[in-house]
Amino acid sequence: MLKIDGLKKTYSTGDEALKGVSFEVDSSEIVAIIGPSGAGKSTLIRCVNRLEEPTEGTIFLDDVEVTSLSKKELRNARRDIGMVFQEFGLVDRLTVMENVLSGRLGYMSSLNAFRRNYPEEDIRRAREILSTVDMAGYEDDRADELSGGQRQRVGIARAVIQNPKILLVDEPTSALDPETSRKVMELLIDIAQEEDISVLINIHEVHLATRFADKIFGLRDGEVVFEGLAAELDESAKDKIYRGEDPEQEVDVSDDSELQSTDIKEI
Amino acid sequence: MWNRFDKRDNIRRYGTALVGLAILIVSWRVMNVNYEYLLTAHYEIYDLLYRMVPPDLGYVNEIASPLIETIHMSIMGTALSIIVSVPIAYLAANNVSPHWTLVYFGKFIISVTRSISAIIWALIFVVMFGPGALAGIFALAVRSIGFIGKLLSEAIEEIDPIPVEAVTATGGNKIDVFVYGIVPQIKPAFIGMSTYRWDINIRQATVLGLVGAGGIGLVLDSAITRLYWPGVTTILLSILLIVIFSEGISAYLRKKIGGV
Amino acid sequence: MSTKESHTWNRPSVFQSRVRKWAVYSGIVLFVLWSVWELRVPIDRLIVGFGAGADMVSSMFPPDFGPTARGRIWTGMIDTIAMSIVATIAGVILSAPVAFMAAKNYAPRPVYYIGMGIIVFSRTFHPLILAIVFVKAVGVGPLAGVITLAVVTIGFFAKLLSEEIEDMDRLQYDAIRATGANPFQSLAYGIIPQIKPRFIGLSVYRWDINFRASTIIGIVGGGGIGSTLMSSFQRFQLDFSLAILITILICVMIGEVMSLKVREKYQ
Repeated sequence: MLKIDGLKKTYSTGDEALKGVSFEVDSSEIVAIIGPSGAGKSTLIRCVNRLEEPTEGTIFLDDVEVTSLSKKELRNARRDIGMVFQEFGLVDRLTVMENVLSGRLGYMSSLNAFRRNYPEEDIRRAREILSTVDMAGYEDDRADELSGGQRQRVGIARAVIQNPKILLVDEPTSALDPETSRKVMELLIDIAQEEDISVLINIHEVHLATRFADKIFGLRDGEVVFEGLAAELDESAKDKIYRGEDPEQEVDVSDDSELQSTDIKEI
Repeated sequence: MWNRFDKRDNIRRYGTALVGLAILIVSWRVMNVNYEYLLTAHYEIYDLLYRMVPPDLGYVNEIASPLIETIHMSIMGTALSIIVSVPIAYLAANNVSPHWTLVYFGKFIISVTRSISAIIWALIFVVMFGPGALAGIFALAVRSIGFIGKLLSEAIEEIDPIPVEAVTATGGNKIDVFVYGIVPQIKPAFIGMSTYRWDINIRQATVLGLVGAGGIGLVLDSAITRLYWPGVTTILLSILLIVIFSEGISAYLRKKIGGV
Repeated sequence: MSTKESHTWNRPSVFQSRVRKWAVYSGIVLFVLWSVWELRVPIDRLIVGFGAGADMVSSMFPPDFGPTARGRIWTGMIDTIAMSIVATIAGVILSAPVAFMAAKNYAPRPVYYIGMGIIVFSRTFHPLILAIVFVKAVGVGPLAGVITLAVVTIGFFAKLLSEEIEDMDRLQYDAIRATGANPFQSLAYGIIPQIKPRFIGLSVYRWDINFRASTIIGIVGGGGIGSTLMSSFQRFQLDFSLAILITILICVMIGEVMSLKVREKYQ
């Protein structure tokens, strides 16, 4: 259902983050991208919903060619693509409920969005999802009052309420402790399976990837160097991806440096 | 169902918005704007531009010396205010002031001098000293006392008491304590705020002449009275030049030494 | 002054070399000396001046708060307050787009330079100078003052707001965009909540400054108490001048306290 072909991204600084990446994600499939930091994992994810403009290549979501959409069409396509961020990406000064319901912005008029006038159906659904992610009762708390694990649960709720076809998940656990990471991952996968959403997840903890993903891609220096089922990821494959570095020791400095050069022309 | 705002929130939000709007409308009505003026505004602006361009560059000879006088005024005004501000800031700083009544005295001087604009002080000093740069210098100096005095007394209030105690412990008298215990701690901030104030004072000095207190403002006033608009343009450009120049110097000095 | 202690002690300097340091210091000293020499003031003029000062003070007391004076002060102050309010609101509204234009990491280069140009222009001239020009354009009265103060407000407000926008958390904005929100919604959810407290604080602070400025704008015909004050000085009604000065002083202090209180509440 998601088909990426020959995707390249060259930043204005000349850095080649992606050098022609191709792969597919099938319906209800969970696909993990692993690789050392700086391999281009975040860039790849951000190219799919064009938070980052790809330089070359095509991305199809079902029959829609995301890469050739106009701004307005892109906004419609983005409603089908949920996104979960490494640093959660919650709006600090809004309440939990507003954050979750912001997942419905693509379906609302600007005026209603501004007045916080949400459809009853959305509110009912938001409550339902919040209780699924175990955050019922926090509706009116401000996002910056929550712990990291709680914030990521709200982040997941925001993505799920979009009713997306696919979830893009960018390093969901690297800002969390191991125990919380595991719980958040379990929750994420449970919901995705229950709601029948495909997941493209980029993650640096290999053990989490092998445990939760159906399929794994290894990314190195902007190229796919491994592709296979989770069970097929053996030592030699890891070696190829990480070139001998211990992946679990990998300190993932968030790929911030890669993200700076985007220009926002939409304001 | 869930609502972001309950009834009371909404009353408060819309109430605030209404009150704000009412204040705005009342304010506008109070101003008694003459709309006829507005109708001719575009013509007047066009006319003004037409008269102002091109600038009379030959006028530079005539404005050079008032321009230099403006700079001198700003320097003297700042220097004078620094001399007066230091003791006043010392009195007004809670932690070093000799007596609590003096704290209030210092703070009183600071708020009075600060709350009245330099140009109003200039009106007063023109009455005292007659028209000319002297009145301007005093106006700048008095207004700056409030500025430097406030920032400096705050800087003194925030100093680390340990060096002060150390100097006291070695048997230093009040002056030693001030020079070795306090001065080193506030020096960068002090230089920074003085330079910054000088920068502001140049800008202020350009207008004091409008009320007779010397500098380029005098020439500007007479050029406007004579409706000599090409000259006005030259004066505005020259002001632009010295303001940018002083801003550059001030930024350099503050980067090098100052803390503000 | 405060530089004295460094005369006897060679400590590391912030200047690259001691030569340069001394060049800077002696440059300042020379400039001050030159100023003293150029403007050399005969002592007798100072003495005469202070004598005149004593006369002035005696003719100022008691301040004239008679019924006519009260009426004129009241009218002037109401005008002044009205001008400061209208100018602040207008200035703040005009500043918002300029602030986005001048936010380095959001605006395209050419737009950024235009934004910075507007800011620099409106900061350079003293309000009184701008007021002269606007008095010529729209006639004597409060409107000229309001336009002047609104323009000056842009320089201040847009500058500080653009810095706030530059420091904003980009991720929150990206996350909202990723849901398919349109530009207006992204602004309302991803940006406004982040800059709102600072926006309110700065507005109130700017009102405080505008109020001070609007007490003097009348000196050149821009409306408000300034023209009353100016004419009282020209007619040597110094007891009336003092009454106006006291009123300005009290109102400015009240304004400052109010602005401080509001800012404490929001920041």
